[in-house]
Amino acid sequence: MNIDKRIADELVANDVSFVTTVPCKQLAGVIEEIDQRDDIFHIPSNKEDEGMGLCAGAWMGGKRPAIIMQNTAIGVTINTLATLIQYYRMPLPMIISYRGELREPVACQVEMAVHTKALLAQMNIPTYHFHWQKDVEEFDNILKYTFMCNKPVAILTDANFWGGYGDQ
Amino acid sequence: MIRSEILKEIAPILRDQLVVCNIGIPSQELHAIDDQPTNFYMLGTMGLASSIGLGLALAQPKPVVVIDGDGSVLTNLGTLPTIGNNCPDNYILMIIDNGSYGSTGDQPTYTGMKTDLAGMARAAGCETVIEVQDVDTGPALQAALDSGKGTVMVVKCDSGNAKMPVITMDPVVIRDRFMKAVAS
Repeated sequence: MNIDKRIADELVANDVSFVTTVPCKQLAGVIEEIDQRDDIFHIPSNKEDEGMGLCAGAWMGGKRPAIIMQNTAIGVTINTLATLIQYYRMPLPMIISYRGELREPVACQVEMAVHTKALLAQMNIPTYHFHWQKDVEEFDNILKYTFMCNKPVAILTDANFWGGYGDQ
Repeated sequence: MIRSEILKEIAPILRDQLVVCNIGIPSQELHAIDDQPTNFYMLGTMGLASSIGLGLALAQPKPVVVIDGDGSVLTNLGTLPTIGNNCPDNYILMIIDNGSYGSTGDQPTYTGMKTDLAGMARAAGCETVIEVQDVDTGPALQAALDSGKGTVMVVKCDSGNAKMPVITMDPVVIRDRFMKAVAS
C-alpha cells in the first residue's frame, strides 16, 4: 500500500481541498503527493499557527481544510487551538508526524513526544495514533468525524507507521 | 488621526466588503462604529488576522479586507512571504501602523523606530504594496478595491485608542453570521 497516496485519496474523497503544511522528513512523501493533486490547493506555511489561521479562513470561505505538521507544533499552537479553532468551533483535521516515538533516531524529538498526548488530552482534542500501516483504514472515519463535530482532531502518525527512517 | 478615526471614515467602504478585523481594540472599535455580519471579529489569537483573511480570499471570490496592526504583523511575520507567494486578486491587507501595541497600553513597536513594514512586505514578494497617510486611507482603500489586485496597504497614523465596549457577542454567533454573509 502506498500510504502517501492513500492519505491524499481519502482527503479528496472527503472533499478536503485546502491543505497547509509545515514539513517533516516523515511527511515529505505525503506533502509531495498533495502538492501534485489538482483537487487540493496546497499552501505551505512558515509556522503552524499561521497555517491554522489559513485553515480557519478557508473553512469560513466554504472549503474543507487540513493541516499537516510535526508534533512539535502542538507546543506552538496551543493558544491558536484554544482561542481560534475551538473558541469559534471550527473543524480541523491535523495530520501530525509523531516524532520522538518508537524508531526515532533523534533524541531531542523525544522531549516533545512525551508531552504530545498529554497536551492534546488537556485540550480535549480527539486524538488517534497510527502505528501500523493498517491504521490508515480509520482515516476516512476520522475525517468524517472531524467535519461532523467541528473540532480540531489530531492524527498522530509515528515512524513505524511511515516505515522507519531508512538508513538513518 | 488615530485608528478609530480612520475606521469611522472608511466604514461606508468596509460595509460592503468581507472584513477580517484584528484582535482587541481594533475589533472593538469597528464593532462599535459599524457592526455588520460581514465583519469577522478576532477575539483572541494575536497575529492571525492576515492569515485568516488570506485563507478566506483563496477559498472564495469576494473581496476580503483585513484590518491588521503593526504589532500583530510583527508577531506573525511569516505571513508576509506566504502572502507574497500566494496573493489572490481579492485580498487587501490593510496594516494600520501606529507604531504601538494599542490594545496593551500603547507600548512602542519597532515600526515606530527603524523597521519598515512596507519594505518587508516588498522583500517578501508582495507585488503591490502602498504606503498611505491616515488622511488618505479612504480613497486609497477604494482604489485598491477598484484595481482588482491583491494589495498590502501600510497606513501610517497616530497612536491611540477610542474607548469602546468589549465585544460580548458569542464567537460562534460571529462566525456563523459571517459564514452566512460569505455564502450569500
